[in-house]
Amino acid sequence: MAATTARKPKPNEADSANLLKYYRDMLLIRRFEEKAGQLYGMGLIGGFCHLYIGQEAVVVGMLAAAREGDSVVTSYRDHGHMLATGMDPKGVMAELTGRRGGYSKGKGGSMHMFSREKRFFGGHGIVGAQVPIGTGLAFAHRYKEDGAVSLTFLGDGAINQGQVYESFNMAALWKLPVVYVIENNKYGMGTSVERAAAGKELFARGQPYGIPGQKVDGMDVMAVRQAAEKAIAHARGGKGPYILEAQTYRYRGHSMSDPAKYRSKEEVAKMRQEHDPIDHLRQKLLEEGHADENALKTIDREVKDIVSIATEFAQTSPEPDPAELFTDILIEA
Amino acid sequence: MATEILMPALSPTMTEGKLAKWLKKEGDDVKAGDVIAEIETDKATMEVEAVDEGRLGKILVPAGTENIAVNTPIALLAEEGESLDAKPATRPKAADAPRAAASRPEAPKVEPQPKSADAPAAPEPQAPPVAPATSPLSAVRPTAAVPAPEPDAGETAPHTVREALRDAMAEEMRRDPTVFLMGEEVAEYQGAYKVSQGLLDEFGAKRVIDTPITEHGFTGLGVGAAFNGLRPIVEFMTFNFAMQAIDQIINSAAKTLYMSGGQMGCPIVFRGPNGAAARVAAQHSQCYASWYAHCPGLKVLAPWSAADAKGLLKAAIRDPNPVIFLENEILYGQSFPVPTSAEYVLPIGRAKIERPGEHVTIIAFSLQVGMALAAAETLKAEGIEAEVINLRSLRPLDTETIVQSVKKTNRLVTVEEGWPFAGIGAEIGMQMMEQCFDWLDAPVTRVTGLDVPLPYAANLEKLALPHPDTIVEAARRVCNR
Repeated sequence: MAATTARKPKPNEADSANLLKYYRDMLLIRRFEEKAGQLYGMGLIGGFCHLYIGQEAVVVGMLAAAREGDSVVTSYRDHGHMLATGMDPKGVMAELTGRRGGYSKGKGGSMHMFSREKRFFGGHGIVGAQVPIGTGLAFAHRYKEDGAVSLTFLGDGAINQGQVYESFNMAALWKLPVVYVIENNKYGMGTSVERAAAGKELFARGQPYGIPGQKVDGMDVMAVRQAAEKAIAHARGGKGPYILEAQTYRYRGHSMSDPAKYRSKEEVAKMRQEHDPIDHLRQKLLEEGHADENALKTIDREVKDIVSIATEFAQTSPEPDPAELFTDILIEA
Repeated sequence: MATEILMPALSPTMTEGKLAKWLKKEGDDVKAGDVIAEIETDKATMEVEAVDEGRLGKILVPAGTENIAVNTPIALLAEEGESLDAKPATRPKAADAPRAAASRPEAPKVEPQPKSADAPAAPEPQAPPVAPATSPLSAVRPTAAVPAPEPDAGETAPHTVREALRDAMAEEMRRDPTVFLMGEEVAEYQGAYKVSQGLLDEFGAKRVIDTPITEHGFTGLGVGAAFNGLRPIVEFMTFNFAMQAIDQIINSAAKTLYMSGGQMGCPIVFRGPNGAAARVAAQHSQCYASWYAHCPGLKVLAPWSAADAKGLLKAAIRDPNPVIFLENEILYGQSFPVPTSAEYVLPIGRAKIERPGEHVTIIAFSLQVGMALAAAETLKAEGIEAEVINLRSLRPLDTETIVQSVKKTNRLVTVEEGWPFAGIGAEIGMQMMEQCFDWLDAPVTRVTGLDVPLPYAANLEKLALPHPDTIVEAARRVCNR
């Protein structure tokens, strides 16, 4: 086939730079999460640890359409969102290992990290609780008239929480600048969407409130970016909330201790082989001439180094000082 | 160099497992993410994925082996072109593995060493009876070691509690454009109890916001707005309805500062009437004082007079932390002298001695302060001089003022409308045991609401709630009269 393909036009440099950035960002999340899984296996990370492997295109595509000042909030499957907002992998990994150098000084862990600087508002452990909070972020954007938008991520499990609809109602009523991104990875822990959600179309759950919504292939970063541009423009333009349902898939279990017996190996293998967001983009980069194998290998190595440095930091940063037990409970007035 | 693949821990409690099956054989190429083996944990059979790429050089633990300790090398991964005849250079023993050293489920063995000078030192085993801080609550003590006398706030004018609350909000909204009020019926209706009367006219619909009846949602929305730079005042029509929202109050507002290592302050006030009104039955009549006072990360205030209401609400709105502000519907219409100074604001964490006395200390908050003062008048006629303390702040609790009073009177009665079990009185009684046991001449006595859902019938309701007579009886009892 290759021999018969017509010579393609040279790709636009800006397009290439963007695509390579998305490739790198997704790969960083993938390698970071694989390493987190490994450190969990070694006992260096404790408690709950929910990996984002497979879903990388969703957050990378969404943030590709965001701009400086926009806010991001999500649930507890949050490492990918932190990395995508530009948070330092060292600080994220050190929080996973419960060390002083972690974003929350080791007091929050996997599910509770924040960065005011990067406008990442967590990291919330209660399913659905981040949805009113994200709506409140949007409320503040509108109150301050700063032109920013709240990107509020939730899973297919959270979509059945009552507070989500309370939020939809207020966001639509007050035309708040918020994009709700439902990351539909097909399973809320071990329960498939079909067994938990009445009605098939999660993106249509905002319809009674007049909130437009659409489905998007969450395994394709360019498709996500395109949908995100439309959704964010809607919210930023004063037209109120928008709902995106990204069809995605998590390769790993719900958390590290989940053997994922509720789905077949074939199902997982098929997604990985046929729909992997990183493989898909890699292929596109090569086919369309945005990069050659060598350039991609360089990115692979860079990402591997970043993760190695983060891992080293996360193991050498000391545990929190015992005095930290009693700090950060209240702000001194 | 070859990389060791270690026996992974695949659950928080796993220490060893069985290598059920190899899915790759020696010589196979593996990529990161490839499933290479299956392992049976204490809970389930799990897949092991390769983290690095390379060639599976050598399988060190054959399939079927049981009781393999976590972190034991199970295979060697060779890089391209590498031979694996030589042993790898470094090889951590399973026994040295981090998990073995981790102290996950155990309590920390370290003594807390708070930095603040006001915070207590580590407990001393031989502490004298007055020694501070044998209590785990020590870190939440008010900052002042000795309660300052009530400052003279100058001229006063009579105002109802309702007006004082409204004036406090209006003054703070004039002072800080990020302060706004939201809740059910707060704007066009002028407040379900008319507390927000006039605010919509002055500040407009942007800052005085009628919400739908959706407590869980608007509470979370308020928390998000507070995270993002605003200072919301969230009015609950009554605190009974805040139960719908308590997850957002505790898990989101109160805990996030700690979980973020101090980054995510949440300056927000949750206010509204708390406790029983009159004949509205059990679902609309609960006192939530001990529920919220239980939680680190919150401040909890309960004003009695209009001066309390104004000074404390202003302080609450200025405070950078989440504050629970428990009002009382019956007090809304009562008038008290309120300082007229625009600078008037009260410190959080200070109790007020409303009436000095030497024979017995009576501690109350909110509506019960008035009852305690009435009881003190009855007791006076019997020759008992009661010292009445208005707590004002439940968290932080002004234990210094209480302890000083008890050291003077040697007898203590606590009064609250809430249920006795794990209530505010239970907490104060315990703190007195810890801090001034040797000064007590009689057991601390509680006057509380009875341990029943509040009944509707007028006679039963009266029986279930504290009353000046029940306070008088309790005071007589601790004075052996």
